[in-house]
Amino acid sequence: MECVFGMVGKEFALVVADSSAVHSILVHKSNEDKIMLLDSHKLMGASGEPGDRAQFTEYVQKNVALYHFRNGIPLTTAAAANFTRGELATALRKEAEKKEKGQNEMEPNPYSVNIVLAGYDKGIGPSLYYIDYIATLHKVDKAAFGYGSYFSLAMMDRHYRKDMSVEEAIELVDKCIIEIRSRLVVAPPNFVIKIVDKDGAREYAWRESVKDALSVA
Amino acid sequence: MSIFEYNGSALVAMVGKNCFAIASDRRLGVQLQTVATDFQRIFKIHDKLFVGLSGLATDAQTLYQRLVFRHKLYQLREERDMKPETFASLVSAILYEKRFGPYFCQPVIAGLGDEDKPFICTMDSIGAKELAKDFVVAGTASESLYGACESMFKPDMEPEELFETISQALLSSVDRDCLSGWGGHVYVVTPTEVTERILKGRMD
Repeated sequence: MECVFGMVGKEFALVVADSSAVHSILVHKSNEDKIMLLDSHKLMGASGEPGDRAQFTEYVQKNVALYHFRNGIPLTTAAAANFTRGELATALRKEAEKKEKGQNEMEPNPYSVNIVLAGYDKGIGPSLYYIDYIATLHKVDKAAFGYGSYFSLAMMDRHYRKDMSVEEAIELVDKCIIEIRSRLVVAPPNFVIKIVDKDGAREYAWRESVKDALSVA
Repeated sequence: MSIFEYNGSALVAMVGKNCFAIASDRRLGVQLQTVATDFQRIFKIHDKLFVGLSGLATDAQTLYQRLVFRHKLYQLREERDMKPETFASLVSAILYEKRFGPYFCQPVIAGLGDEDKPFICTMDSIGAKELAKDFVVAGTASESLYGACESMFKPDMEPEELFETISQALLSSVDRDCLSGWGGHVYVVTPTEVTERILKGRMD
C-alpha cells in the first residue's frame, strides 16, 4: 500500500514516501525513490500505478526544465502545480487507442498518479500542493495519499502547527511513520524523507526497518 | 457512490432587494475522507457576476478556467462585461457541448443584470437552465437546502437580513449532510459593494 505525505514548516516543506516497489504480492525492491526532484527547489512525491508514476513525474520534470531553458527563469511552485494539473486533466478525457491489437477503438487513458508537490519560491516561501489522479488541485499545509493517509493525516491533524522547525516536523513525520508501520496491515517497511527550503531540494533521511539483502557472501 | 458525490459540495444563491447572495460550504473531500477545509467553490467573473460550481472538484476547476477564458475574450471583443443572462447561456452551451461525456458539475450563477436587477439560475450537468425568482440550490446537500430556503426565504430582503437568512439556510442544511460543511463562504453583492464573509459552523 503506497504511502505519500507532506507538510509545510517554517521556511521549508517536506515530502515523505514509502519505498516499496510492489507487484501483486511480491516486493521487487524496498529502496525505490518515489520523490522526484523537479528542479533545484521543487519536490514531487507520487503514488499510484508504477509505470504512470515514473513516466508522468519524469514528463513533468523535463517540461519544468524546458521552461527554464526557454525562458531563462524557473517556474514557480504554483505554476508547476497548475501545469501538472493541466496535463492530468487533459489526459483524463483525451481518448487514445485501445491497447487490444486489431481494434481501432478509442478510450480515455488517464494517468493513475496521486501527487504531493512541494516547493520553495523566493519571496513566497514554502508551499505544498495536493493533486489527485483526477486532477483536483488544492494548496494545502498538509497532504497525504493512500491507505497510510488515514493514519498520517490523523497524526498531523493532532500534532501539526504552523511554522514548525525542521526538528519538530521530523518528529511528527516519525510519529506518522510509526503509526503507519504499526497499524496498516501491509505496511511498507522503509520510507524516504525529502526536504525543500531556500537552499534547495534534497534528500533528508531514510527510515529503514528492512535493508535490501546485499549479495550473499 | 455517484460521481457527483465524490468530493461533496453545497451551494445556494438567493435574491434580495436590489442585491443577491451566494454561499457555499468549504469542504473538499474524497468520499469519506476530508482533504481540505478551505476549498473555494464560488468564483468572481466580474464585479456583478459570480458563479458557484458544485460537483466533481476537478471538473469545477476545469470549467472555471474555461469560463474565465471565454469571459476575458468577450471582454476584449465587446469592451464590456457579460450580462448574467448571457453568461448563463454561455455556461449552458459549454456544458451541452460535452453532452455525451459531460462535466460532472452543477453551476449556480448569480449576478446583477440591467439596472442592477438581481439574476440567479442553476443548471444540471448538461446545461438545462433553471431560472428562479427567489433561490437556487446545488450540491450534495441540495435537498436539505431546498427545504431550508423554502421556509426561511422572504422576498425583498435587505443585504444584512439576506446574509443572515442564507447563512442559516446553508449551515442548517450542511449539518445534515456528511459530505459538505466545515464552515461556509458567503458573498453578498449590492450595486455598490461586495461583502465576503466566512462562517464558522459545525466543523465536522
